[in-house]
Formats: sequence, C-alpha cells, structure tokens
Amino acid sequence: MSAETFGNPRIIQEELDILLIGGGMACCGAAFEIARWAEAAKAETGVDLKIKLVDKAAMDRSGAVAQGLSAINTYIGPDMDPADYARMVSNDLMGITRDDLAYDLGRNVDDSVHLFEEWGLPIWKTDADGVRHDGAEAIKEGLPLLKDGGKPVRSGKWQIMINGESYKTIVAEAAKKALGMDRIEERIFIVKLVNDKNDPSRIAGAVGFSVRTNTIHVYKAKAILLAAGGCVNLFRPRSVGEGSGRAWYPVWNAGSTYAMAAEAGAEMTMMENRFVPARFKDGYGPVGAWFLLFKAKATNAYGEDYMVKNKALLDDYPPYGQAAVPASCLRNHLMLKEMKEGRGPIYMDTVSALAKLRESLSPKEVKHLESEAWEDFLDMCIGQCGIWVGENIEPEKKNSELMPTEPYLLGSHSGCCGIWVSGPEDLGAPTAEEGEYDGVPAHLPRGWNWGYRSMTTVKGLFTAGDGVGASGHKFSSGSHTEGRLASKAMVKFALDNKDWKPELDTAPEQLAEEIYKPVRTFLEHKDYTTAIDINPHYISPKMLQMRLQKIMDEYVAGVATYYNTNDKMLAVAEEKLEMLKEDAGKMRAKDLHELLRAWENYHRIITAEAHMKHIQFREESRYPGFYYRTDKNFVDEENWHCFVNSVYDKTTHKWTCFKRKHVDLVDKSKLFKAAAPH
Amino acid sequence: MPTFVRTDKCDGCKGQDKTACMYICPHDLMALDRDGSVTGHAMKAWNQEPEQCWECYSCVKICPQNAIEVRHYADIVPLGGSVQPLRGSDSIMWTIKFRNGTLKRFKFPTRTTSEGSIDAFGNKPMPKMADIARTGTFTSSMMGGFRAGKPEELIRRK
Repeated sequence: MSAETFGNPRIIQEELDILLIGGGMACCGAAFEIARWAEAAKAETGVDLKIKLVDKAAMDRSGAVAQGLSAINTYIGPDMDPADYARMVSNDLMGITRDDLAYDLGRNVDDSVHLFEEWGLPIWKTDADGVRHDGAEAIKEGLPLLKDGGKPVRSGKWQIMINGESYKTIVAEAAKKALGMDRIEERIFIVKLVNDKNDPSRIAGAVGFSVRTNTIHVYKAKAILLAAGGCVNLFRPRSVGEGSGRAWYPVWNAGSTYAMAAEAGAEMTMMENRFVPARFKDGYGPVGAWFLLFKAKATNAYGEDYMVKNKALLDDYPPYGQAAVPASCLRNHLMLKEMKEGRGPIYMDTVSALAKLRESLSPKEVKHLESEAWEDFLDMCIGQCGIWVGENIEPEKKNSELMPTEPYLLGSHSGCCGIWVSGPEDLGAPTAEEGEYDGVPAHLPRGWNWGYRSMTTVKGLFTAGDGVGASGHKFSSGSHTEGRLASKAMVKFALDNKDWKPELDTAPEQLAEEIYKPVRTFLEHKDYTTAIDINPHYISPKMLQMRLQKIMDEYVAGVATYYNTNDKMLAVAEEKLEMLKEDAGKMRAKDLHELLRAWENYHRIITAEAHMKHIQFREESRYPGFYYRTDKNFVDEENWHCFVNSVYDKTTHKWTCFKRKHVDLVDKSKLFKAAAPH
Repeated sequence: MPTFVRTDKCDGCKGQDKTACMYICPHDLMALDRDGSVTGHAMKAWNQEPEQCWECYSCVKICPQNAIEVRHYADIVPLGGSVQPLRGSDSIMWTIKFRNGTLKRFKFPTRTTSEGSIDAFGNKPMPKMADIARTGTFTSSMMGGFRAGKPEELIRRK
C-alpha cells in the first residue's frame, strides 16, 4: 500500500504515444475511432501504440451532454449539401468562419448519427402519413433507421428530435468498449501541458492530479488531444446564490481547453466571440423546439413580435442583416432593444402556439403534444421544469419569460472561439504560398493546412469540439465527428514520429510542486487566522472566481452593462485581470475538491484574458446582440472581415494579437438572396 | 440546496470505497461523510457545493436507494414543487408535482438496445492504413452517412 497523503502526494509517471484529455462527445468519438486505427496500425506496421484517455469526471455523464439532449442539432441528411451547412455556419457567425473545417465536418457528421442510432439512441421518425413517432415507437412500427432512409422529425433545417436522456451513456459505452477500461482513467484533472525540452514548439506531455487519491500524474506523449469543453462562469451569472450553478452551458466547463492550449503556445482564434443564448428565464431551458416544432413566437410584454417590429434594425448590418435567417446575435439585438426601452419582460407565447396546434389535433394528439413539450426540458434541462412547477406554469395556460444569459465561450454551439487548427487538404483552402497579413508571427504556419487534420500550431497537440475555433454549430454529433477526424490524424502523427522520444521541459517533481502549490500554501498558512476563509496569505478559489466574474461583468460587456464595453473599460479590465492573475499564485486548496476548483478558476482567468484582449484588438462590434464596443459600434467589413488570432507567451505572460485573412471556399452570396428555402 | 440526500434512504452505498453519486457527479459535488463529522449523519452522502449544482440529475438517476431528490434553486424558485425520475433500463418515468398540487406523469424511452450490448467493432470493417490521410472515418463505407457534396460548390478547388 502506498502511503501518500494530502500533504505528501505520490507522483505517477507514464509514457504514452497518445493521450486523450476529456471524456465528452469529442473524446468519445476519438476513443471509438482511434482504437480501430491503432488496431490497423498494429496489424500492418507492427507498431503497438500506447493510448490513454483521462477524464476529470465519469464518462457516462461528463461533458456538455451529461444531462442528455432532446435533439441532435447537426444532421445533414441526404437532401442537403455540406456546402449548405458551411454557409449556415458562416451566416450565424457573422461571416468569419473556416469553410474547410465546417464543410469537412458536414460531410462526415451523419456517420456518427447513424452509429448512435445503431447503438440504441431512440430517434423520432415521421411515417408515410406524416405522423411522428418517438424513437421506441418508430421501431415497433417498423419504420426504417436513418441509415436505411428513415425520415427524422426535423425541428429545424439541421436539427432532428431524439429521446436523448441516455444519449451520453450510450455514446460513452461505445467509447469505453472500443478503447477498453484499461486505457481509461476517470477523475484525473489535467492542469497543464508540457512542451518538449529540445523543441518548445512541440508538445511532450501533460500533468494533472487525481481528484480521488493523493496522486499527481505526469504523462509523456507524442500526440495529445485536448478536448475539455468551453468556458462557463467566467462572467457573473444572473443568479448569484444557489442558482449560480444553473448556467446554460455546463458549469464544469472551465476554459481548460483554451487556457492549457494557450499556455503551451498554440495559436488561438476568434477568442472575441461569445455566445449569449436567449433562453427561458432562470432555468435556461431550450427554446429551439418551441420556435421550430411548436411554431411559437417571442414577444415583448405588450404582445408585439419584436422580430417583425424591429426588422429595420437588421439593415444596419449588411449583408448579414439581409440573410434569410438572421444570425443568433442579431436576433438578440432586436430583443435587447425592447428590453432596454422598457418593454420587457420578453415572453415565449406558448399559450397561443399550443392553442393553434390544438385546433387541428385530436385529444390524443394534444396529450402527445403536451408530453413532447415537457420531454424537451426533461431530456436536457430538468431545472427548467423545476421552475415551471415552482411557479405553477403550465405552458398551455401561462406564457414563460425569455432572457438573454450571461456570456459563454465555446466553439461547438453557436460560437466560434477556440484554437487555430490544420484543416483538410482537398477543399481549396488557402495554401502557404498565398499572402497573409503582416503581423502574423514568423514561427506560425501560413495557409490552412500544415500536415495533420485538427493539429494546432503546436506540433503534436490536437483538439476537437469546443476546442476547434473559427467553425461552430457542430453540437453533439459534430463534436463526436471532430474527435474521430482528429484521432485518425493523431495515429498518423504518432506513426510518422515513432522513433522520436518526448522529453519534458520541466522535471516531474517541479511540475508536481507547481500544481500542488495551492495545497502547500494552505497547509503553511492555515493556522495564522481563526477563520479558514479570511487569511492575508491566500485567496479561496471561490473568491478568485467571484472577482473574475465581477471584472468581466462590469468591464467586458456582461449583463450589468447590457453587453456594452469600450476601449476605456477594456483598459480597466486589463489592469484588474493582470492583478487577478498574479493573485492566482496565492490560491489555496483545503482539499482535493478545492484543488480542482483552484485550477479550474485559473483556466477561467486565462480564457477571460484572451477574450478581453481579442475584443480590445478587434476595433468594431462584430456580434451585435452578443457584445457592443460602444466606441466602435458598427460592423466594419472593409477592415475587420478577418480572423483575429493570438499567441500567449507563458514566460512573459503576454498576449500578441494579429489578423489572419478570411477566404470563402463556398459562395456566400447565396445566403443573401431572398427566399432561400428554410 | 439543489440536490439533497434523504437521511432515511441513503445507506452510503454500504461503505464501498465510492458511492454511486460520488462516482457519477460531473462536477465532483457529492461526498460521503464517513464519520458524520461534517453533516451529523455518518455513512451518508451530501452535496458539498450546492451553488455549483447544474441540477443535471445524474446522481438522482443513478442512486440505488432513490435517496436523492432536488429542492430547486432557492434564490429563484418558489417552494413546493418537485420533479422526480425513476430511470429503468429502457425508459424513464417522471413524476411532476406543481406548487399548487397539480400532478403530471410522463414516460419516455431512453434506449432501444439493452445496456451493455454495444459491440463497438463487431460488424465494422478494419481500416487500411493507406486511407489514414483521406477524409472520412473507418465506418464511412458502410454507415451511409458520408455526404460527398456537389463538386461545383467548392469555388476555389482546382
């Protein structure tokens, strides 16, 4: 038996070829795909790749799909083209996305959805009479699988309805079976990546700790997939008591993907982007099915449809305002006008929508409809049901409030911040020979492909899902697919580098001391005062987080200022964040749970700083409705139709922001012609 | 607090090294109070950081004793309602009680295959290393999900 204690942890070192960090949809996709390619590699080349997946939680319920989902938001189907999908992604993200990444995902994503159905995920179907059946009933009725031509129930152009309570447990089961539990370790939280001693532009390993046993884990690996989700709770949430956990995106997404990649030297992209979903107030329950399946309208407090009433505001943002479906941020922009001018609350008119549907339905169908409406929440946002029962809201009798949330950073939903990655070679993307803006640091690659799909600008470091920037609208299925695409490239990378041995740039003992510092600080100073939380020698992770949230909310366009900021406010934020980052060196951890929180909040700070620096660099307001720079309150197509990218220097703690040229690989003018079919 | 553990039902998963709720919570919230020094209830689980609870119900659904329920966020929600599931192997039953006493029950399918039955690679092809740099997955040839797209849509492709 080992004798490790909280104050005296044991260091465990492992040498791998490939390390997968995360356990959500992206890493489950990666686990499934990589195991098969590793088998093929062994059979054909004799190389037996050593692979491991580590997750800070339990794979059955980790990541953004932990609770379940009521829809798969990305399913292309046989009738649409990946180019249509790439256009939609671009349109919703105000024109600045990588078509190569979106297109590649679009052509591959249905493969994963077909697998989910084979594994047991119930997918709603429409029969020949146009009647819809839930996923279990569809099988009893003998309706075909999607793969065999079955017709899904579309709740939007790209979305299909599912009975998704067990979505994640199903996908995790396949991943665990594929990779094998001997290659998976749960409850390991990775804190930082380690570069190679001889080549700092290369990844050599990662270090983290177990949240359960007093052990620190140091991994060496040739290739690493970093797919640990987006960033939540970097802004002060609208509810600050118990309800602060009721974030729209999962509260355990701590920006670890962005912060660790940035510290390892990876080029970041579009970190100014954010997502501010307009959702049912306080519970943040999904609105998609209400808008698209039940045909409900959102109105101001006086019953006016603000999308119609404020339509002229869209003309301020050509050409994006002229799209058949306005971008998510612009829809918020029209809603915010009503709120700011005092015509709130905003409501989802569930009463009229359900009454209208009832006119043409039998009592049995009405009962079915009610059940569908509740399932939409129960599958993915049970907390919203909690609010409805507490407030006696039955949607057929009482309308529900809508509210734009605090901002979130993510790359897989309606957001595109993340890491700059190498794309596919066969889609006509810019090459290294084509011109680029001055100011791109010399050590970074030119063109959109540098050898391995989904590899960041750090050799051997790959990402997927929320990690891949400048794309978006991947959702659950697309994140799974991206993990699969990345994992193939990682196998190739590991084989191409089979004789290369990673060497960590820092000794394992020193890495261990760095990540254990909050514990040391606590043990050293805890008896200085009589109150465990009030001590001049340290700061609790919780207070560190609240300080971050206050800065971001008040100066970097949070809800306190109706998403407004300006150059002066950003300058104040910059100074405050620098001091906060310094104070992070005095984080305390009184137990392993708090050590987890300490480093999660450190990751949030680095992510928040990137967000602030990018907004500061981009001298326009690219996402009206998500944030406004009141000193540059316009979309400037001439100067800012480009990517904003950055690199972080972990020794000087400084960011360098620069422009990258944007190029269309599919024709976007099609978006702005009238009457595109939706 | 968002999730709470009933003292009359929780058995601390009979003193195994980890409880089901600790195992599953995505945010590391559930803890076992072995000696009762924290909660006054030895060998029972508790939510150690309720303001970080997403109300995802992972612990509620997995608890073998049905000992975990949710009292919704007190800074938002009026008291008196409850939303409680019973998760089986292929479906989930929900009992929903409104503050005013209205009761609703729903049952939804969760899975069309039996738990543990997935055969990850059983009927799947073995990929060829020659294809590793091509787009697609090792199941592209058989799952019917690869959408090749119209070549003319790619305006820069030579």
